[in-house]
Amino acid sequence: MKRVRLGTGAGYSGDRIEPAVELAEAGDIRYLVFECLAERTIALAQLAKRRDPSAGFDPLLADRMAAVLPACRRNGITIITNMGAANPHAAGAAVAAVARSLGLGPLRIAIVTGDDVTEIIRARQDLTIEETGAPVSSLSDNLVAANAYLGAEPIVRALKDGADVVVTGRVADPSLFLAPLVHEFGWAADDWTLMGKGTLVGHLMECAGQVSGGYFADPGYKDVPNLARLGFPIAEVAADGAVTITKVAGSGGLITGATCREQLLYEVHDPARYLTPDVAADFSGVSITEAGPDQVRVDGGGGAARPGSLKVSLGYSDGYIGEGQISYAGPGALSRARLARDIVAERLRIIGVPLRELRLDLIGVDAIHGPELSAAAPEPYEVRLRVAGRTHTLKDAERIGNEVEGLYTNGPAGGGGATKMAKEVIAVQSTLIPRDLVSPQIHMLEVQP
Amino acid sequence: MKLRDLAHSRTGDKGNTSNISVIAYRAEDYARLEAAVTAERVRQHLGTLVQGEVMRYALPGLGALNFVLTRTLGGGVTRSLALDAHGKCLSSAILDLDI
Repeated sequence: MKRVRLGTGAGYSGDRIEPAVELAEAGDIRYLVFECLAERTIALAQLAKRRDPSAGFDPLLADRMAAVLPACRRNGITIITNMGAANPHAAGAAVAAVARSLGLGPLRIAIVTGDDVTEIIRARQDLTIEETGAPVSSLSDNLVAANAYLGAEPIVRALKDGADVVVTGRVADPSLFLAPLVHEFGWAADDWTLMGKGTLVGHLMECAGQVSGGYFADPGYKDVPNLARLGFPIAEVAADGAVTITKVAGSGGLITGATCREQLLYEVHDPARYLTPDVAADFSGVSITEAGPDQVRVDGGGGAARPGSLKVSLGYSDGYIGEGQISYAGPGALSRARLARDIVAERLRIIGVPLRELRLDLIGVDAIHGPELSAAAPEPYEVRLRVAGRTHTLKDAERIGNEVEGLYTNGPAGGGGATKMAKEVIAVQSTLIPRDLVSPQIHMLEVQP
Repeated sequence: MKLRDLAHSRTGDKGNTSNISVIAYRAEDYARLEAAVTAERVRQHLGTLVQGEVMRYALPGLGALNFVLTRTLGGGVTRSLALDAHGKCLSSAILDLDI
């Protein structure tokens, strides 16, 4: 039976680069997939593109391409990535520039667009926001960008057209991996079982090192070797959709039933209905078998008909956050940090900062899980006060950090290491739109020899 | 005994909803987890951290439970004021449960 090997080159925008090079050089793979687009990244990229029409794509794209393109060209590996973010055209041009500078032509770069539905959403103000039930019109002028999650179909088309590199904007993460499987095996787009199995492969692979021992270690309970040299995963997929997850021999990390189970359920709600643009995937009957060292076989994925509509992420301006931090240590650290906290809360009232929301944390005590879960914990040697507030203006956000910094000369004894920051918030909500309103397009860019 | 002795866990986030897996190290311990780690138990343990509902999905074939907690992430990672805006540390809170 025909088999295809896919590797994951990145699981988020800032991910390590060398594991992708290792896969391209020694992974014996046919496709290398880079998933680099988090929920709100695309809205931030849209803002960057507005300021500079040549910006708005992944800032590490050129570095990643320069690192992997030589080995990918040598070994016949096709690259698929959503690093195009809000500007796939500019990202494609950047890939072409890297290829030219390294003398790596001929190269066909497919640019996938059509996910930007901002104008369509502006014209359909009646659509409902999933999280709140309010109409899209409630975001009014605060809407920054709307991007639909595309499925595998346009990437399959690009591969059919002979693309060596496929650059997209918003595409559902697992679809980046499903597409080469559909292309290689000729799977029918309405074979829901196969679409479900391919989506399962994509879901296991999309976070790169998170299935090969990254984000897993817990010393004494779950030990993982050589995490500083973590190997990124390879999926060896058969034409019937069965998959073995593995990695380059000698790389760091660990692939076991346990690492695969953790990743299988990561960001999943109902395991029997994992919705993507391609399928309602069913992971509930999956079985996981260790086939050898760092080799895990995953079977039993399935699926049902794809949803009738596409999910759209709505990036909107949601005011500002201001934050300040300062540390206390040694005897009495906790009581001085508590005093500092109470002073800042009172100061913000006295100077009248209009706060939409305020949060007062003692890092090392209650910042992560709140006061209830940490009530019985012993007193720490050092404590860091953190004050974070939501405001309507940047100026008000800055006043929060200033009040924390002011504790240096006006607060309890021994405060040190004060930091402050203020930022605009681009938040994300979602809506659903009919599929026929979205039409993905492909533009092919040729780099000559 | 702590849940940590029998199971491992990972947290994921989508919008304002968190999901926490609880996975038995050994298949034979799954039934014990299924009986002890109920949705209500998780809700009680996390207290006011959960502002919405707790749902549980059972995956006996994987020896795993998947908990879905709505309105738990301060509006979601894109707008939360929390230090751990993803809620990634929630898995460690669950493993502290007494079994």
